[in-house]
Amino acid sequence: MDVTFQHISKSFGPVKALTDVSLTAKAGTIHGLIGENGAGKSTLMKILTGYQSKTGGTILMDGNEVILDNPKQAARHGIGMLYQEPMDFTPLTVLENFSIGIPGHNRRDLRFALQNLSVRFGFHLDPDRCVEQLTVGERQQIELLRLIHCQTRILILDEPTTGISPAQKEVLFPALKQLAADGMIILLVSHKLEEVATLCDEVTVLRHGQVTHHTTAPFHFPELLTAMFGSVPERQDKAAVREKGSPVLVMQKVEAAGERQGLHHCTISVAEGEVIGLAGLDGAGQSTFLRLAAGLTIPEQGTIQLFGEKLPKKPAASSCAQALRTSFIPADRLEEALFTDVSLSDHFSLKKKQSSFWRSQQKAKKLADTGISTLSIKGQSENTAGDLSGGNQQRLLLALLDPQSRLVLLENPTRGLDIRSGHWVWQYLRNKLPKETSIVFSSPELDEIIHYSDRILVFHDGDIVMDSAVTDTSHDAIAAAMAGMKEYV
Amino acid sequence: MIGDLSLPVLIASVLTASAPLIIIALGETLTEKSGVINLSLDGVVLFSAMAAFVVAKTTGSLLLGFLAGGFAGMLTGIIVGYFSVYLHLSQVAVGFALSLLCRDLAYFLGNPYSRVQGPTLLAGKLPFYEALPSSLQIILTQPLTVWFALLLIFILYYFFSFSKAGLCLRSVGENPAASFARGLNPGRIQMAAVLAGAFLVGVGGAAYSLSLKPGWGRPQGAEGIGWIGLALVIFGGWHPMRVALGAMLFAFLQVSGIGLQDIFPGVPSQVFQTAPFPLMIFTLVFMHYSTKNNRKQGYRENRFQRIIGKLFMSRAPKAIGKSYRQE
Repeated sequence: MDVTFQHISKSFGPVKALTDVSLTAKAGTIHGLIGENGAGKSTLMKILTGYQSKTGGTILMDGNEVILDNPKQAARHGIGMLYQEPMDFTPLTVLENFSIGIPGHNRRDLRFALQNLSVRFGFHLDPDRCVEQLTVGERQQIELLRLIHCQTRILILDEPTTGISPAQKEVLFPALKQLAADGMIILLVSHKLEEVATLCDEVTVLRHGQVTHHTTAPFHFPELLTAMFGSVPERQDKAAVREKGSPVLVMQKVEAAGERQGLHHCTISVAEGEVIGLAGLDGAGQSTFLRLAAGLTIPEQGTIQLFGEKLPKKPAASSCAQALRTSFIPADRLEEALFTDVSLSDHFSLKKKQSSFWRSQQKAKKLADTGISTLSIKGQSENTAGDLSGGNQQRLLLALLDPQSRLVLLENPTRGLDIRSGHWVWQYLRNKLPKETSIVFSSPELDEIIHYSDRILVFHDGDIVMDSAVTDTSHDAIAAAMAGMKEYV
Repeated sequence: MIGDLSLPVLIASVLTASAPLIIIALGETLTEKSGVINLSLDGVVLFSAMAAFVVAKTTGSLLLGFLAGGFAGMLTGIIVGYFSVYLHLSQVAVGFALSLLCRDLAYFLGNPYSRVQGPTLLAGKLPFYEALPSSLQIILTQPLTVWFALLLIFILYYFFSFSKAGLCLRSVGENPAASFARGLNPGRIQMAAVLAGAFLVGVGGAAYSLSLKPGWGRPQGAEGIGWIGLALVIFGGWHPMRVALGAMLFAFLQVSGIGLQDIFPGVPSQVFQTAPFPLMIFTLVFMHYSTKNNRKQGYRENRFQRIIGKLFMSRAPKAIGKSYRQE
């Protein structure tokens, strides 16, 4: 038995998630699918389970075309998927979760089947416990057992190790190898090269929705890394390293929840005038880091100091941070930073601290017009923020930025911008802001981080795995750290 | 007991008065368990009460009257279901608008039948009536709606806890995306739950105009009951037993008001008529807080607590009120 994707494409509106993807997975093998976040791995797999529809292409099983419009049809063909975020029902019990989606069986049979399968794979699951009391790993185990009970022949695992401990990994991996040996097709989606190397027989690399590489074991890591992240010629016009000053932001043993893994044991110090790039796969902790510094996330443990002053552990922390001249520009501009239906001049009057009850339209318009001309925003003061293009929204945010900011935190500052606007934004940040201003930014583009920062922090699953001056490291080393490979570094 | 009311009479009247409310609140529980809120309850109760009375009056058949009530409820269910499940409109807006529409429509269409005598479902004696002690004779002489309501509590409890279909329905209310991923059809299941729930609400409405407060008029006497039903579902924790107990509590407050009126003749009668509504809310809030903390994360139950928990503790379906769109 085998499953073949032929010229699969998928677009979400104007965005192309997959273009002309073809690959074949054979029975008895574990086929790895690797790539950065947003490379299209999960989308491709969701198409196979019928959870998402495809825009073009065909899927063949044993050479015959199959129609997979919804998960029910896919299940009939023996296709089952373990989703990245557990697709389960937290208030229900383990047994109830196990039985939803399994056609007509009585409770006692199901309980018996669940216990049998748990013993076979060495999982410890109490059928009557509420799922919300379980760890993510245990929740995945239930789902895995359910899929096996449903006679799944093609098993898809989407990042199965994101939320689980190394001990649980020890249990999961042999189980998977066993299943493959029994004749199953296993498709493993991952961004962790080490896992893929230990488990898979074959690997396909996706980048920006296209297949960039296909290889069989044994794997050559540099080759895979280049296929995942692309290769970069060294840039000539590297931005000049700035002078460092006294510490501006100090985090000590900070633990916080947020994103996929939260942030663990974060101890870091940012000096005046530094430009720091936060690298890491999406959701590895960069955003949590930025939000902690901005006072928007309250740490569970540890202390955060801004300019020598401790941030209080209460919701007022963000206004405290602002009073200390710390500015934060989030990635989701329209959701978190701007008001879609509010005009530019109103944005300026909202920002301005006034003592009077009335607001002056003229003053606001004047402010807006100055902002529009100095940052060359393409738009009028009467336009709403939603009318602007992404690049101009970013310019608007920069115009609204407190000019006396001493610490600027940016979450993916060039998100959705073309190269020219992105370049313009950086030009502004590095040259128009005072030299003493510290800049901390995150970006999914490694090029951007290497090019514009003086110092790089690499995040992996909530840990800072690398802290280095940009001159002391290389593109490949950062890429390896992002993929969680310690040895390769 | 309270004024002239003896204990058996009090129990009997609480049972009689609570039956329609139990049916209505349980119908809404069924709908909400699937993740859809049908806010049109108050109007639908009046609309179906009117429909039931008009049909029963013209045909002379009580059964047809109850069925008409049920189907009138279902008709509104189609609107709520189609708008919220398939068109993804705001369930709150649809429910409110429909509630007002149904209420006024009921007054308008029912006007010719206002204050006329019609068929009434009376309390019936049980076959072994003579063999019972006198207090039980009083308590157990009830209209059929009471037996239906009591039966419904257990049917729904067993449906949610032990049936496959009940589990599927709950799963959709908790996480429609996950149930879709497991091969269920969330839209269809929600639609079915809305229709079945609305049918029950309609039967509950009919129980007002054909049994508890026979006849039609403006006001009919069932005004405000829909809102109480909605509150009962929330504070009853979406659990059939607790919801039904809440309904009985409300009926008790209403009935004891009648007794209290005799004890305090100086207090205006309106006080006793309206007091159950605020009192009910206070009680429910109190109940809600007293059971809330027991279900914190990491709290391990022993066997006894688990049984009690299964009987009485429950909470909001996670995906309630959010319409699900397939990707």
